[in-house]
Amino acid sequence: MDPLTITGIIVAVIVLFIIFLYNSLISLRNQVKNSWVQIDVQLKRRNDLIPNLIETVRGYMKHEKSVLENVTKARSAVLSAGTVEEKGKASNMLSQTLKSLFAVSENYPQLKANENFLQLQEELTGTENKIAYSRQHYNDMVMVFNTKIETFPNNIFANTLKFNRETVFEATAEEKRNVKVQF
Amino acid sequence: MRIMFNEARSNKIKSVFLVFVFILVIGVLGAIIGIFYGNLYFGLIIAVIFSLIYSMIGFYSGGSMILTMSGAKPVTKKEYPYLYHTIEGLAISAGIPTPQAYVIEDSALNAFATGRDPKNASITVTTGLLKAMSRQELEGVVAHEMSHIKNYDIRFMMLTAVLVGIVVLLSDFLLRSFLWGGHGGRRDSKRGGQMALILIAIGFILAILAPIIGELVKLAISRKREFMADASGAILTRYPPGLAGALRKISKDPDPLVDKANKATAHLFISTPFRKKTGFVTNLFLTHPPIEERIKRLEAM
Repeated sequence: MDPLTITGIIVAVIVLFIIFLYNSLISLRNQVKNSWVQIDVQLKRRNDLIPNLIETVRGYMKHEKSVLENVTKARSAVLSAGTVEEKGKASNMLSQTLKSLFAVSENYPQLKANENFLQLQEELTGTENKIAYSRQHYNDMVMVFNTKIETFPNNIFANTLKFNRETVFEATAEEKRNVKVQF
Repeated sequence: MRIMFNEARSNKIKSVFLVFVFILVIGVLGAIIGIFYGNLYFGLIIAVIFSLIYSMIGFYSGGSMILTMSGAKPVTKKEYPYLYHTIEGLAISAGIPTPQAYVIEDSALNAFATGRDPKNASITVTTGLLKAMSRQELEGVVAHEMSHIKNYDIRFMMLTAVLVGIVVLLSDFLLRSFLWGGHGGRRDSKRGGQMALILIAIGFILAILAPIIGELVKLAISRKREFMADASGAILTRYPPGLAGALRKISKDPDPLVDKANKATAHLFISTPFRKKTGFVTNLFLTHPPIEERIKRLEAM
């Protein structure tokens, strides 16, 4: 074989490699984006449930104004958060404040007997778990994506093709130990 | 993640492979039936067409047939919010569409998943299970079933059940033909002479062995799959003690009998729906690995 053919083959192999790499990176990045949407859906669902909860609880919890205010504050922080990191922090804050609200609610037997409250509690517990699960799925996807763009020889091309590391959605220190939330 | 992705792909490949192997076995059985009745090709073609139609029906309606057979009823989010949230959460975790929820009114503690792919899948639990399990334990059980769906175990298991069923049917037919003697065609087989006799002898052995081997293969596959689903279920919840706790409760269940479970649906359940027996032969025919062994593996994770 003359040098020209050899060069030709090498170039062809590299071009093919780049095409496959590019396509698989696009597909992975779309999966990351899609799993991010999943988190957003659950965060929105939780934010929609909270005004109802506050309404229901207010009548019973006369002496715990600050607990309710904290929940409301954390809720609006989630709404205004922009980046993945900010959202993660705000969401964890809200989880914490909700947790203390439900902890306090233990002191109000009448509240614990309220059908509406119990239903909301179940909804919120379910949503909290779904947030945890969607975050877990998102983080898995991010890890697969980041590993792919950082390993050799992909890292040579990934940068030039404008693929950058995605950020993980941090779990609270408490959740890292406990995985599941149980109000 | 990686491991589970590969598991789904390998199951799809295995499903195709399985279909080919069974078509071969069914073809041979059909050909022998054909020779017995005087025309090889006739038997071959009839057997292949019959099993194609049969497996198509099984593949597309097997899921709903299994649900009806086991007395499972579809439930809404309003009736069982707790079960629904758990299923939705784990579907998100697995990254697949939410399967339809079904419930069996039975005090036994059991659950199963069925369907042909993640888009057409369902998870069924008994009301007894819903009552007995804590949230984490229920999540463990649902995660186990979710892995069966995500890994395409449900497709593989359904195909196996359908194909073993066909082999059993054909072998049964062949054996009956031997016992009652062929109609007319038998005298013609003198043309083949010794060759036909040998073929009939092979056919006889095959007719007896095929269903037994088919059944054993089905069971061996099913047991390995339970361990896999336990492991990938633990990846979904990131909390192996949940499923371990659930299995411990199930193993202490004094009445594991699901009234409407039978041999055809047994391998689908999370733990065997029949009474426990021990011994080498019964071990060979178990659809599930011993529950103690599964708990031990989960605790070691």
